[in-house]
This record gives sequence, structure tokens and C-alpha cells, in this order.
Amino acid sequence: MSQEQHTAHKHQVGYGTYVLIWMVLLSLTITTVAVSGINLGDFILFTALLIALVKSILVVNVFMHIKFDEPIFKVFISVAILTLLAVFILISFDIFFR
Amino acid sequence: MIEASHSDIAEQASSSATHAHHVHRDDFGAKIGMWLFLFTELLLFGGLFIIYMAYRQQYSDAFHLAARELNTSIGTINTIILLTSSLTMALSIAALQRYKITLSLYMLSATILLAFGFMVNKYFEWTAKFSHGIFPGSEELTAKSSGEIIFFGLYYTMTGLHGLHVLIGIIILTFMFVFIKRNSITPTNYIKLENSGLYWHLVDLIWIFLFPLFYLIH
Repeated sequence: MSQEQHTAHKHQVGYGTYVLIWMVLLSLTITTVAVSGINLGDFILFTALLIALVKSILVVNVFMHIKFDEPIFKVFISVAILTLLAVFILISFDIFFR
Repeated sequence: MIEASHSDIAEQASSSATHAHHVHRDDFGAKIGMWLFLFTELLLFGGLFIIYMAYRQQYSDAFHLAARELNTSIGTINTIILLTSSLTMALSIAALQRYKITLSLYMLSATILLAFGFMVNKYFEWTAKFSHGIFPGSEELTAKSSGEIIFFGLYYTMTGLHGLHVLIGIIILTFMFVFIKRNSITPTNYIKLENSGLYWHLVDLIWIFLFPLFYLIH
């Protein structure tokens, strides 16, 4: 398989990579379910969201190919996510410090 | 002059990997368009997640109480189903890139079947809720505290909107199946399949966040 071809259509990800990522995603799912049974207090939500974040990074990078696509897609996604994050942070100030 | 323009076309064609005919194609643009659409989806669900955050802060106890009614096992099984369907979707594209059209079709069918499996689970889950009298506007539900009513309202809205996306995904992927059969999607021209894949992975992504926020709060 070619290593240095960066055009959107040339880079092929091996079947094995996808299967590996799928297995990691499944173990993270089992972890998040198992952890939810333990009483971690305020950490429950934090851990659950952290695991969800790791899972989504894997899906976006490998399944959605962003790791192998042109860098401009990373810029687009960052702008979109930062915009959403800014809205979340600004609103959470209103919600949590009322 | 003719020579030059001909080689231009040839260059363009080979760079976008078409060999047979010189139809203008812009796969890069198509992909950007798809991502722009996905961003609007992100904002749509993002808005709902903001509402969830605000009400969970206000009615924390009621949310925990109401979430006990949800079936964690069905939620977990559906998570595994969606993750697996994302895998088969990615494998379908990978197989097509390697000219393994039959394998690609099998993987695409598996994706569609898993999507159906998700909806069947959802059907049983919602039917069980309905039979317990928990559905929007029901007597049983309106008798509960405002926090619980809001929890179930958000549950039906967010998982319902997500379920609608799964249904639309089934339709889109079925079209892709037909396109591959009719050679409208080929190993050198598969942007339609790739963009459908992006949509399908987004549906998976949204569920990755819905699952812990609704099913895993005890």
C-alpha cells in the first residue's frame, strides 16, 4: 500500500486498521457501561464524556478518514467544533453561575 | 493547441482517477459540501445537547430518577450495533477501492441490516415505554415532576431525531447499493458512497454522546 499519496482518493486504509479501531471502540463502550455502575460521584459524568470524546476522535480520524485527508478538513472541523464549544462555554456560565 | 488542451484534460482526468470519459468531476468539492452539511447537523444536535445541559443542571435529581426507567442493556446493544455498522460501512468503501465489488455490496448490506436491527431494538424499547404509560402527554407522565417530564421529553426528541437519521440512512444506503449494482458507483468513482459513509458515521457519533447521557446516569 502507498504511504505518501495524499490525495483524497488515493490513500487506502487497510481492513485490519478498521477492525482494530472497532475493537477499541467496543472495549471503550464496555468500559463506559462498567464504570457507570461504580459510584464515582461527580466523576461519573466526566468519565462518561471523556470516553465518548475518545470514541468520537477515533471515529472521526479513522472511519471518517480525517487523519488521511487533506489538512484543510482538519481546519474546517476545528472551526466548527470550536464554534460549538464557544456556545457551550458561554451558555454554561449563565447556567452554572446564576 | 489541441495537443495542449488534450493533455490538460488527460491530466485532470488522471488526477481525479477517471479514465473512461471526460466528465467534469469535483470529488474534493463534493466532500467539502458533505462536511458543511454535517456541520449543520452538528449544530442541530448541539442545540439539543445545550438544552439537555441546562435542564440536567436544574433538575439533576429528577434526571437520575427518570433515567432508571431506561433500559441500559438495549442502549448498550444498540451502541454495539451502530459501532459495528460503522465498521462495515468503512469496510464497504475499502473493499470497493480494492475492486472487490461483491465484498463491498455484502458489507453495505450488513450496514443496512444492522441499521434495521437498531430500529427494531428502538421499536421494542419505545413500545415497552408506551405500555408503561410513558409517552409525551400521557397521564402517567404528566403526573410526574417537571424534571422527569423534561427528561422524557428530551429522551423522545433526541433519540427520536436520531432514529429518524438512522431511517434516512437506511434509505440513502439502499440507494448506494443500487448505484453500485448499476455501475454508477465504481472503484474509481465512489464519492457518493464515501459521502454516505460520512453521514452514517455522523449518526454513529451522535449516538456515542446520546448513549451515556441518557442510559448511563444512575
